Amino acid sequence: MFTRYTTGLAALLFVSAAPFAQAADKPTDPQIAHIAYTAGVLDVEAAKLAIKTSKNKEVVAFAKDMERDHEAVNKQALDLVKKLKVKPEDNATSQALSKAAEEERAKLAKLKGAAFDKAYIENEVAYHKQVNGALETLLIPSASNAELKSLLETGLKIFQGHEQHAEHVAGMLK
Amino acid sequence: MKAGALIRLSWLAALALTVAPAAAATIEVTIDKLVFSPATVDAKIGDTIEWVNKDVIAHTATVKGGWEVMIAPKKSASLTLKAAGAVNYFCRFHPNMKGRLVVAP
Repeated sequence: MFTRYTTGLAALLFVSAAPFAQAADKPTDPQIAHIAYTAGVLDVEAAKLAIKTSKNKEVVAFAKDMERDHEAVNKQALDLVKKLKVKPEDNATSQALSKAAEEERAKLAKLKGAAFDKAYIENEVAYHKQVNGALETLLIPSASNAELKSLLETGLKIFQGHEQHAEHVAGMLK
Repeated sequence: MKAGALIRLSWLAALALTVAPAAAATIEVTIDKLVFSPATVDAKIGDTIEWVNKDVIAHTATVKGGWEVMIAPKKSASLTLKAAGAVNYFCRFHPNMKGRLVVAP
């Protein structure tokens, strides 16, 4: 049982790590903007599913925090790209992220109650870890516009906070 | 004569300063890019802490097992200190944000 669970988790981590692995080439600012924005939208979508599905007060509160923060950050991102006259550019990383998130949502949609809560929160921990890792090692170092870089750096701090928050909620569900 | 009056006046002023109870202060803590600044505040009972949130996201100042202040994005929120002692606080939404209050009696 435990082995099955860890294998499952490892598979999940592998799947969600894959999108960024394809971005070995240094992404351009329009691509970075698209990736960061997409990552935010995907987490808002996951949050909406959790708000609709979960009966757990802590899980619903966490999901509402995610929805609120990611929408606020994405609004900043949109304002910035407008100001910089950058047109976010769809790319393989964004597409792979969306595909992985779609699969995760399909998996979550089949779950209910405590099983859903656990799967959602564990994915939130893993997802924020992946996105934060990508921000730190790829997206921030590749960004050439100073304002974009600064927004990504603030985003990283916010999402590191989310990662800790998700870990805390995961700890409470055990 | 004139010098004597001046000395007396300054002595009175000094006395007034010592006798008057220390007025409660409002201490501002700015939140910018998920950082409480200053990170540590020295205050006394009766002082008010005012958190000014410059970020576009909501934060809290939360003491584990104690009080919590919600600080809306681009808004301020305050708390008047009622107990002496040192407390660590953090943001419940972003636990990587940490601050400390040292409250003298």
